[in-house]
Amino acid sequence: MQIDKELVTYLETLGRIALSEEQRAETEKDLQSILDYIDTLNELDTDGVEPASHSFPVANVVREDEVTNTARAEEILQNAPDSREGCFAVPKTVE
Amino acid sequence: MEIIEMGALALGSAIRRREIGVREAAQSYLDAIEAKDSELHCYNTVCREEALKRADEVQKGIDNGTYTSPLAGVPVGIKDNICTKGIKTTCSSKILSNFVPTYDATVVQKLRDAGLVPLGKLNMDEFAMGSTTETSFTGPTHNPWDVSRVPGGSSGGAAAAVAARLAPITLGSDTGGSIRQPASFCGVSGLKPTYGAVSRYGLVAYASSLDQIGPLAHDAADCAALFAEIEGKDKMDGTSMENPKFDFTAATTASLAGKTIGLPADYFGEGLSSEVRAAVEAAAKTCEELGAKVETFPMPIVKYAVPAYYIIACAEACSNLSRYDGIKYGYRSEHAENLMETYVKTRSEGFGMEVKRRIMLGNFVLSSGYYDAYYNKALKAKKLIQQSFFEAFEKYDMLLGPVAPTTALKLGESLSDPLKMYLGDIYTVMINIAGVPSMALPCGFDKAGLPVGMQFIGKPFCEAEILSAAAAFQQATDFHKQSPQER
Repeated sequence: MQIDKELVTYLETLGRIALSEEQRAETEKDLQSILDYIDTLNELDTDGVEPASHSFPVANVVREDEVTNTARAEEILQNAPDSREGCFAVPKTVE
Repeated sequence: MEIIEMGALALGSAIRRREIGVREAAQSYLDAIEAKDSELHCYNTVCREEALKRADEVQKGIDNGTYTSPLAGVPVGIKDNICTKGIKTTCSSKILSNFVPTYDATVVQKLRDAGLVPLGKLNMDEFAMGSTTETSFTGPTHNPWDVSRVPGGSSGGAAAAVAARLAPITLGSDTGGSIRQPASFCGVSGLKPTYGAVSRYGLVAYASSLDQIGPLAHDAADCAALFAEIEGKDKMDGTSMENPKFDFTAATTASLAGKTIGLPADYFGEGLSSEVRAAVEAAAKTCEELGAKVETFPMPIVKYAVPAYYIIACAEACSNLSRYDGIKYGYRSEHAENLMETYVKTRSEGFGMEVKRRIMLGNFVLSSGYYDAYYNKALKAKKLIQQSFFEAFEKYDMLLGPVAPTTALKLGESLSDPLKMYLGDIYTVMINIAGVPSMALPCGFDKAGLPVGMQFIGKPFCEAEILSAAAAFQQATDFHKQSPQER
């Protein structure tokens, strides 16, 4: 798998990250060496193998859909970078 | 014996006999932290006043019979990715540098219910992504055995604090070796429980199919005591499971007699340092002398563990870390003009380079066109890894191998080469992929005087069996009794 600058830029967009030119070059090199190594996985024969999810056989975990949380909006908003009138505040999104 | 040299169970027992007061115990550790932590940087946050206040409450509770746990009154350090109500929980990241949880993680609630006294929050690799504690936004933790070396990671603060006697016992988390590898580098004992054995409600998620919380301590018996307090099903974590098999008495009854132990040949291959190999092979001999039957067997899947791990872990990480957007909590960039810029600048300024790298790698393996070739392939490898363990456990009661290919590296050595750091995880990540428990403990020293660690890998929910094996090894040896202070 060949990594290029275009792919790195695409991955930045997907991850909502912006790298500097220098970081982008460094990342291209690092991702290339990591993926070259990861590609050794291609040597492993996985024909007919079912992909695994959970480590152990577990049945679905279900519960009654009951409201258990209490009104703690004020407490939770203490951690918000910006809040107004009991809501999270964000920069203007519609012109 | 000085208070800070006692193990957790010994200290708890002295507290119950009223030989040591709970406040006196907490104060001893706070004094030690004050004296030594500016050099080592094990702690991100020290809770001086809260600890002393809590110590007084716990003393009353012990006196009136409310707290009866063997660990009641014992101070404890908590990794900084485990939520503590009213106490900053930063994951050693700028993006959570001001985050104060409004609730306790289930494990923290359980510690409080048992009367343990939290001392503070321990340094780690940013979001647990790293094997050296160097990716921390607050700066690296130093290895107490040699301050020019790393303590391992990601629970580097949790391991170094136990080794330096800045906490008798700590809680860490292990996604691909993050309890066991720093335990090994710092010469302490650490347990990665079975996936689902301990509730992760309140653990900041890195890779949810692999993350587990576990104890680090002076020895296996202390790990068993803390594990007994935190394990069990929790309605707040749907992946947690009841573990009817766990028996504290069996876990602390030291025995290796009649056990069959498998040594995976591929844990002793190329890349393993000769000094680590010699120490683990000598330990295997000791196990034989203690009545175990030891046998080497092939486990060729080992070479595919690191690639499969980094695909799965990064895929889950990029999804889990999408929540950090500067809106609901944590850091927000002050340089953004609109909403999209708020997201991008907050994340670009708030995450360190290793976290960004893993988010990008995760997005790559999940993106259309690459999903089957990478992510799905890794899940198939996961199936084969699980099968290898189940086959091994048909023949053996437990497996034994090194924790890491080397002893502690110099600070800065692996930061510049991420792949080199990832390769150091070869012996630990498979255990997380298979979901089985593993107990790391010291088994020797290299020529530079640095601790060497090994791990007993157990069947699912057989923590008692590997804790008991580790306790037997520790009764016959004194590697775990050595501390950097005495050298």
